[in-house]
Amino acid sequence: MDEVLVGTVLASTLRVATPLLLCALAGLLSERAGVIDIGLEGKMLFAAFAAGAAGAALGSTVLAIGLACGVAVLLSWLHGLACVSHRGDQVVSGVAINLIAAGLTMVLGIAWFRQGGQTPPVSDAVRLQPLWPGASEALGPLFGGALLGHDVLVYAALALVPAVWWLLYRTRFGMRLRAVGEKAQMVDAAGVSVPRLRYAALTLNGLLCGLAGSYLVLAQNASFVPHMTAGRGFMALAAMIFGKWHPVGAFWACLLFGFLDAVAIRLQGVALPGIGEVPVAAIQALPYVLTVVLLAGFIGRAVAPAELGRPYVKEH
Amino acid sequence: MNSGLPRWADLGLLPLFNLGLALLVAGVVVVLVGQDPWRVLAALLHGAFGTPRGIGYTLYYATTFIFTGLAVAVAFHAGLFNIGGEGQAILGGIGTGLVGLWLGAWLPAWLLLPLMALGGALAGLAWAAVPGWLQARRGSHIVITTIMFNFLASTLLVWLLVNKLKPAGSMAPESAPLAEAAQLPSLHQALAAFGIEWPASPLNLSLLLALAAALGVYLLLWRTRAGYRLRAVGSSPGAAAYAGIDPKRQTVLAMMIAGALAGLVGMNEIAGVQHKLLLEYVGGAGFTGIAVALMGRNHPLGIVLASVLFGALFQGGAEVAFEVPGFSRDMVVMLQGFIVLFSGAMAYVAAPLLARALRVGRAHG
Repeated sequence: MDEVLVGTVLASTLRVATPLLLCALAGLLSERAGVIDIGLEGKMLFAAFAAGAAGAALGSTVLAIGLACGVAVLLSWLHGLACVSHRGDQVVSGVAINLIAAGLTMVLGIAWFRQGGQTPPVSDAVRLQPLWPGASEALGPLFGGALLGHDVLVYAALALVPAVWWLLYRTRFGMRLRAVGEKAQMVDAAGVSVPRLRYAALTLNGLLCGLAGSYLVLAQNASFVPHMTAGRGFMALAAMIFGKWHPVGAFWACLLFGFLDAVAIRLQGVALPGIGEVPVAAIQALPYVLTVVLLAGFIGRAVAPAELGRPYVKEH
Repeated sequence: MNSGLPRWADLGLLPLFNLGLALLVAGVVVVLVGQDPWRVLAALLHGAFGTPRGIGYTLYYATTFIFTGLAVAVAFHAGLFNIGGEGQAILGGIGTGLVGLWLGAWLPAWLLLPLMALGGALAGLAWAAVPGWLQARRGSHIVITTIMFNFLASTLLVWLLVNKLKPAGSMAPESAPLAEAAQLPSLHQALAAFGIEWPASPLNLSLLLALAAALGVYLLLWRTRAGYRLRAVGSSPGAAAYAGIDPKRQTVLAMMIAGALAGLVGMNEIAGVQHKLLLEYVGGAGFTGIAVALMGRNHPLGIVLASVLFGALFQGGAEVAFEVPGFSRDMVVMLQGFIVLFSGAMAYVAAPLLARALRVGRAHG
């Protein structure tokens, strides 16, 4: 294998993995606090729409990302209002958020921009540029292009892995957050507010979903396209489970899923030695198959937080 | 779920109250995007019920929603949240289509069509049985597994169409057309045979199949021992196990029934309308089924009514998008989201609100 090919595969692995990673960490924060989040897809979609609309209309990167995060946090709070404050079913609420986002982004997009739901392209000045544009020439395709030639959100996502780990395992807030996901009653008995912790987790969750949506519009694509998340939120959910609800595990899972996506297109019609031609569909299906198999305990065991999906009712 | 409401209000008034709330929010959105909500509502109602053709389309959409709604409801009564209706319906289309493609040239319609329905139901059943079994025996969360199975189903469909079923020389990912015997008669053809004239629409005989399925689900759940066992596990797995009912067995059984019901979508979409296997014939109907089941309070009669409502919204929404510039039919998807939010996720907010309103009303009345 030549260096250029390895470089391009590695670069596109990182690009695909970035929104997955941001979303998987978002889901992880919420689920470790005991709140199921299958609304990742919807929050990312709405954030992408906000980033696209704001980026095109206001012409500011900061405003685009800020609005994307704001919208995603609002949806997270809606989830909290239904499930944390009012003991609603967390899965049903997630389904509602996905449907609302899928519908409302189309409605607003068509009404505001009249381009079939698409937003006008975001100008190059607003889009995220590689931090070091000359990296590929300076250091070669592998180190320069694949590792150092990305924009700020790619590195932010990578930096968030140790940051989330530190937050969860080395701070008092993180310890309480995990505790509320394992035994909410104990946290309550210790005099710490269960709803407040869960809302805090959901707020962080919204911020990360906002970044994931921003990345899709400001880095991967140049505008918002209807339904552009295309199941990435669910794949992030799968990555979070495949990573056993742990930030480092989720990181490896996202890299693996990103890598599978990057090679799937390149393996089209290529016969591998000893295996023959692998259908692209089989590689695309692999993340979901792996997650199902892991969840069933056939390879290792993924144990969900104990309080996952249970609304907390304070005793009087 | 005990809402603290009298039974008539719980079954009749609460769904309407939730619908009203959702419509109110949707109306606000319509105003925000600069449209006249009354004009939209009038165009929607006219598009859905104003013409015989419109009614045909409304009932055609409703047929699919009855199947997917029942698939959610049966699982719900066994205490399971079946979010996999989408994938089960895709498999149903594949099963129906493959039987039709394989046997279409040899069998007469009266034998072929039931076999196609069976093929769709069995494919959906098998697709739902695996997550059911994994939940029962391996403890994997059914919500996650069914989500994964939705994606696996659409990948399987793409692979089948692109690699196996696409006729040589064709670019579109579609199978060859079904033989005439494999095409379910549409209602206007069937009515024409009796001398009744009805304008052409995609509405076909699977509406009758859907109504029969709704009746069948009612009889099964409330008039047989098997249904009693299923509901017993749904309301209290511990008590059911104490009474000698195996909850794990009921979990798998409930998912199998649910999958078979969703699989019948294939009869409406593939045998009834498209007459070939193609992409996107489910198009979110599995998720609409969740809204339908919540709105219909998981009762077959409620589901039929809610399906007609959603069918009307889809058909009417398409007409509005045609007539009102800048209006998107995805407004209906958003409305579904609000209905799921108010009648599902926020059930503990809406019901007490209504209960209080009723009490106040009675105190003054």
